[in-house]
Parts: sequence; C-alpha cells; structure tokens
Amino acid sequence: MSPLWFDIAHLFAAGVLVLSLMLLYQDRITAVINVFALQAVVLSLSVGWQSIVQGAPHLLATAFIALIAKGIIIPTALHRIVRKLDVHREVERVVSGGLTMLAGLALVALSILLVQPVVETADPVAREDFAFALAVVLLGLLLMITRRNAVTQVVGFMSLENGLILAATGARGMPLVVEVSVAFSVLIAFIVFGVFVFRIRERFDTVDVNVLERFRGERREHL
Amino acid sequence: MPEVAIGLWCIAGFLGTGVLAVVLGGRAIATPLVYGTTLVIALAALLLALDVLLGGRPATATVLPIGLPGLGAHFRLDSLSAFFMLVVNFGAAASSLYAIGYGRHEHAPMRVLPFFGPFLAGMNLVLLAADGFSFLLSWEFMSLASWTLVVSHHQVAANIRAGFTYLAMASFGTLCLLLALGLLAAAGGEFTFERMRTATVSESVAATATLLALIGAGSKAGLVPLHVWLPLAHPAAPSHVSALLSGVMTKVGIYGFIRIVFDVVGDFSPWAGLVVVVAGGATAALGVLYAVMQRDLKRLLAYSTVENIGIVFIGLGLALAFRANGQGPAAALALTAALFHVFNHSVFKSLLFFGAGAVLSATGERDMEKLGGLVHRMPQTAVVFLIGCMSIAALPPLNGFVSEWMTFQAILLSPQLPQWGLKFAVPAVGAMLALAAALAGACFVKAFGVVFLSRPRSSAAATAVEVDGFSLTAMLLLAWVCVLAGTLPGFVIDALSPVARELTWSALPAQAGLPWLSIVPIAESRSSYNGLVIFFFLVVSGVMTAVVVHRLASRSTRTSPIWDCGYPLDSPVTQYTSSSFAMPIRRVFGTVLFAVHETVDMPRPGEMRAARFRMRVRDPAWRFLYGPLVRWIMRSAQRLNRLQFLTIRRYLALVFAALIVLMLVVAIWR
Repeated sequence: MSPLWFDIAHLFAAGVLVLSLMLLYQDRITAVINVFALQAVVLSLSVGWQSIVQGAPHLLATAFIALIAKGIIIPTALHRIVRKLDVHREVERVVSGGLTMLAGLALVALSILLVQPVVETADPVAREDFAFALAVVLLGLLLMITRRNAVTQVVGFMSLENGLILAATGARGMPLVVEVSVAFSVLIAFIVFGVFVFRIRERFDTVDVNVLERFRGERREHL
Repeated sequence: MPEVAIGLWCIAGFLGTGVLAVVLGGRAIATPLVYGTTLVIALAALLLALDVLLGGRPATATVLPIGLPGLGAHFRLDSLSAFFMLVVNFGAAASSLYAIGYGRHEHAPMRVLPFFGPFLAGMNLVLLAADGFSFLLSWEFMSLASWTLVVSHHQVAANIRAGFTYLAMASFGTLCLLLALGLLAAAGGEFTFERMRTATVSESVAATATLLALIGAGSKAGLVPLHVWLPLAHPAAPSHVSALLSGVMTKVGIYGFIRIVFDVVGDFSPWAGLVVVVAGGATAALGVLYAVMQRDLKRLLAYSTVENIGIVFIGLGLALAFRANGQGPAAALALTAALFHVFNHSVFKSLLFFGAGAVLSATGERDMEKLGGLVHRMPQTAVVFLIGCMSIAALPPLNGFVSEWMTFQAILLSPQLPQWGLKFAVPAVGAMLALAAALAGACFVKAFGVVFLSRPRSSAAATAVEVDGFSLTAMLLLAWVCVLAGTLPGFVIDALSPVARELTWSALPAQAGLPWLSIVPIAESRSSYNGLVIFFFLVVSGVMTAVVVHRLASRSTRTSPIWDCGYPLDSPVTQYTSSSFAMPIRRVFGTVLFAVHETVDMPRPGEMRAARFRMRVRDPAWRFLYGPLVRWIMRSAQRLNRLQFLTIRRYLALVFAALIVLMLVVAIWR
C-alpha cells in the first residue's frame, strides 16, 4: 500500500478529532448539533476508507449505518427536539470556551502520549487511529461535563461513541455484528435520552440539569 | 487414588454435611446425624494425614479445572499440609464427638449445623491449596463460614458486634495476604506456589511479603495487636465451635504464615526472624496478662490462645533466624518446638473449651464470679479440666511442658547466632516467655480454682449436673492425648521430622530409639527430658503418700468449720473471687499497661447501702491503635458523605478526573 493511503486514513481520523474540538467551542445548541452531524459524516468517510484499505467490504455497511443514523436521523431529531423545547438560542456553558479548548488540547496530547508506545508494534494504520479515537472519547466526556443542557450532554455521549467506532474500525477484523449491535444500542440510548428530555421538560419546564438538582428528593442541606 | 484426591473427597464430604443439615431441617435426628457424619469424615481425613506423615510418603499434587481460567485450582498434600491436616481433623473429630451430646442443648441448631461442615471443609481446603488464588479463596471461605458460626447466637447484641469486628479484621488480613501473594506471583510470573518458590525475589520484595504475611496470617492467628477480634468472636460461638476457632482455626493462620514465609519466600535475612520473635514475645506476655484479668471463662480461654500463639511464633521466628544463618539443626529444633506446641495447644485448648461448654450447659453461666464448687457436682469434668489446665500451664509430665521446654532449648541456642542484635534480643524474649509461662500458671490456677473449687457462688452452680456421655468421652480422649504426648514426646518429635526436613533441610536426631524413651534434642551433654520417668515418679510418690496417709494417719474424724479466710461468716461472698485472685498481678502489671482504674465506694457510717467496687480495664490495642483508627475513619466517612449529594455533571467530572489521573500515572510511570 502506498503512503498516500495511510495519509488519507489519517486525514479522515484527524478530521473526526478536529470536529470534536470544534464541538467544544460551539456556543449554541443548533451549532453543536450541526458539527456533530458533520463529525458523523467524516467518521463514515473514515470507516469507508478503512474498508477499502483493509479490503473488508463489511466495513462499508458500518460506514453506511454511521452516515444514516448519526449523520441524518439523530441530528434531524435533535433539531426537532431543540425547536420544540425552544432552547435553540441558549448559551449554556459552565467553563469558558478558552479553558475548555486548552483542556481539550491537553487531553489530545495525553492520549497520544499514552497510546503511541502501547501500539508501537501494531498495524501502522491502527496505530494512529487509536490515539485519535481515545482523544475523541475523552473530548466527548469533556463536552458532557462542561455543558449544562441535557441535549448537549446527549451530543457529547454520541460523539464519545463515534470515538469508539473509530477505534474499532481501525483494528483489523472487527465483525459486523459488533458494529450493528453498537449502532442499535446508540439508537436506543438516543431514544431513551429523547424521551427523558421531554419528560423532564414536561415536569420541570427546563432541561437545564442544574435546575433539576433542586428537585432531588434526597438532598439534605444540613449535611 | 493419590492422597491429595482422598483429601479433596473428604472436603467434598464436609461440604455435603452442610447440604444434609439443610435437607434434614430442624428435625431432632439432624444434630446426631450431622455431627456423626463429620466425625466419620474427620476420622478418615485424620487417618489420611497420619498415613502421609508417618509413612513418609512423597507429596502428591493435582489440578482441578475450576477457578481462574488458564490457572485451574492446584492442590498439593505434602508433609507440612499433612501435619496441619492432622491437627485440624483431630480437633474436628473431637469437636464433632463432643457436639453429638452438647449440640442437643442448642436452641437454634439450624444456625449452626449447616455451617459446621463447610467450616471444616474450608480449613482443610486452605491446607491443600497450592496456588495463590485457591489459597485466598479457601481462606476467605473459611473466614466466612466461621463468621456465620460466630453470629449464630445473633440475639445477643455483643455477638453481632463481635461478628462485625471479626469480619473487618478478617478482610484486613486477607488483603495483606493478597498483597503478599501478589508480590510473590509477580516475581514468579504465575500464581502457583511451585513457580513462586523457584522464582528469585529481591530482598526488599521478600521482606515486604514476609511482613505482609506476618500481618495477614497473624491477624487470623491472633498476634498482638491484631488479636482484638479473637476474645470477642471465640466466646460468642457455641462451645464446640469456640474450641475449633481457638484450637484449630488459629493454627490454620499459623499454617498460612509457615507456607508463605518458610516455603514460598525462602531465606533472605536473619533479621526477619527477629521481627517474628519479638512479635511472638510481646503476644505471649500481653496475651496472658489479658487472660489473668478476665472473669468470663471463655474469654479467659480466648486470651490464653493469644498467649500460646505468641509461644508458637517465638519458635517460628527462631527457626527463621537459625535457618537464614545456615544453622540447620537449631532451626529444626525451633521449628519442631513450634509445631509441637501447635499440636499441643490444639488439644488442650479444645479440651478446656469443651470443659467451659460443659460448665455453661450445666449452669448457664460463663461468669466465673457466679461459679464455684463444681468439683462436687461435676467430678469427671473437673478432673479432665484440671488435666487441661495443668497442660496449658506447662506442668510436667504433660504435653504443654515438652513443647515449651523445647522452645526454651532453642532460645538457649541463640548465642550461636552471629548477629549481635539477635544474641541480645532473643534471650530478652526468652525472659518474656518465662514470665508468660509463670503467669499462665497463675491464670489457670485461677480458672480451675474459682470455677471448680470453693463453694458455689450462685444457685445455678449449686444445682449443676454432670454432662452427657458423648461430651465426657470427647474430653477424656483429649485428656489422654495430653498425657500420652507429654509422657512419650519422642514419638511426636519423630513424626514431625519430615516437616522439619522439608522446611529446614535438617531434622532432630531420631528420639524413639533412645534409652528410657528420653528426648535429647541436641546432645546428651546439653539437656534431656524424660516425661515417662517424671510420670512414674509422680504416680509412685502419689500412691505412696496416699498409702502412708491412709495406713498411718489417725482414723478418727474431726468436724470443724471450713476455712473462711479468717472471717467468721459462712457466706460464699467471703471467698476469693476471680477479680480478687488476679488483684496482685493487676496492680503490678495493669496500672500502666491496661490503665486499670479501681474505685471503692464505701458507705459512710450509718448508711445502709452496700459498698461498691468498680474496676475499669482498658485494652491498650483499642486505646492506642483501633480507637484512633476508628475515629479517623468515621471522620473521613463524614467528609466523604458529601459526595452523595453532588450534581450529575459533577459525578461525571469525578469519573473523568479519575480516568485522567490514571492515564497520567500510566503515561508517567510506564
């Protein structure tokens, strides 16, 4: 295989990572969802490229599932939710954007430091992919803890899952059945989250999780 | 079938009795049937152990395809395991026999019967386990099974507390053993003892593993200051189980220490021996001081177990020190003394707990201040209890004397050691051991005197009746073993020689062929002992005195008041009590060490109320170690409690932070 193939594989994986970083500094929910959709598209491109590089046609199915489910269905649904809830104008940060970005950069550095020596002997394509994938997972977690809107937390979770797929497809020989089950579990998680967000909204008139804290029955102030 | 397989079948049989007990339910036949079955299985296992030990059979091993994948469960029966199997199953057989009679008084048999067999199975399993995983698993199984027996009388709040303390200490001990075995397994690359044994470890790893094994196994055996659970938990169980806990399970703890330190770790430094010797000396002296001050008979026995564990550890530490200096025969002497004491203690401590159980079932009392005069009501129990007391107080010609004498012989060899520190420290520990032996004498004079002699201090004691035949048979059997092992110690020493040879690569000279059945551990010129001669001397002189008294003394009888301490009152209150007997020792040793505080509240002239005497004894282990520890844990728990009331996002952030910290650790110390 020519070096160009590797470079393209890395380009796509790095694209997923860059989009993860972009997710971190989006202020508005609609923008967050759009970037997430873009990330899913790049992810499906990356997976598709991997299927060509590895000569594994079943990965094409994976790419297709990622494109349809995460690139189209989930973002559309999230947009609908946001419009219905009327939160598309809200800015909902806990930590300022600059600090979040710095933390994100540190996480990327950490994951490269961590993964590079471990997979030294592995397949060269998989090697870089793992570092990127771990970084995407960590950035997804970071997104979940730096936002206070439940919808953004859902997006963070989905983006974390993108990282998992990136890691899984980088390794040779991941069976399709794993991918299908992961995709289904994500869809189901999405449905559960969606239902919850609406139920929360119905009951408390907000999806700001900080406001929800006040309603927790077991909280005791004197402790 | 190899011997180890027979051993495993016995264990399966013990487990089966648990099922049998559940199937039989609360029927009356359950008690004799279950204990009868455990008796038969224990006898089979006892014969197996005797056969391996005396027949000098080579070690047999087997691997069962259970446990961790890729590891399996390794089992091995060598002479060390065989010796401890002998101790365990002898105690188990005696306890089962005793319980056929004693168990009838049990008001909730379903809380004892289903766990009795599994407890025995757990102890045997520890002895056979030959890899770290199955060792720890069976160790924990043994702890849990014994815990269920400790809390079997759960209506008493103190028993639940004892059970909790026991669980906490047992988990701590297992954690230490887990770390020790983990260190050794990392060096060997595998969990089997076989690989750990051949692996070479650095001195620091060996020292850490030895220390962890001392703490882990010592907490099960009852080393000071890890003994705190023992005087709470042992008396809480029914008496035949107390006998097993105190007489047998502590020995499994010692086995764990020997297996890990002597067998798996191997030699690394003579100073390891010093640590063990000092720990043993402190345990022996403190244990017996505690014991003297008790007024609860079963607690007194439990504390006396602590003392005897100390004596065993002194022997083991000496063996370690001698072995690390390449002094094989001296190491063999110290080890043989320790193992002999293990056997002796299991016999007489079981006997004494059976006696305490007999007193308990006859009077319903454990408090010695309410007993007394039982020698008239329970003469047979009194005689066997006296033999047990004499053995544990190390009076010749009984077995306790022989093993303590041999331990002293090993201590007297300490000038051979090349390290100056050891030359000075070991005789100092010897002085502590001598103190402990003397105090043990006082302790058991008190135990026997207050319980069986004098006049009854309560109506329960005055109306006691002798116990049933099964219990008496079990106690008589143990008393005979005390006498036999004391008068013919040479045979026991010879039986122990394969174990000594396995662990110290040398053994004591064969004793059985010596003239007059003496024992000569080192050389004739140094020291020798003949229990049989002393026994016959005592018998002959006793018979002659009796003959002289009966033949030559006046036959006329004179009636006079019994001795009343100079008080002309015949109330039983004027007799020596347990606390007044211990008063001199308490005053001398207790005021500083145990912070004994006595107050006498005398009524003023003309006041009609009774005088009051109050005494407070504080355990230094609780005062200086566990008390502050518990307070610190409670404070930290209060602080950590706030973590229960965070927001979801903060919980996620905590998880995230933990992940990042772990990753950083990996990235930095790869």
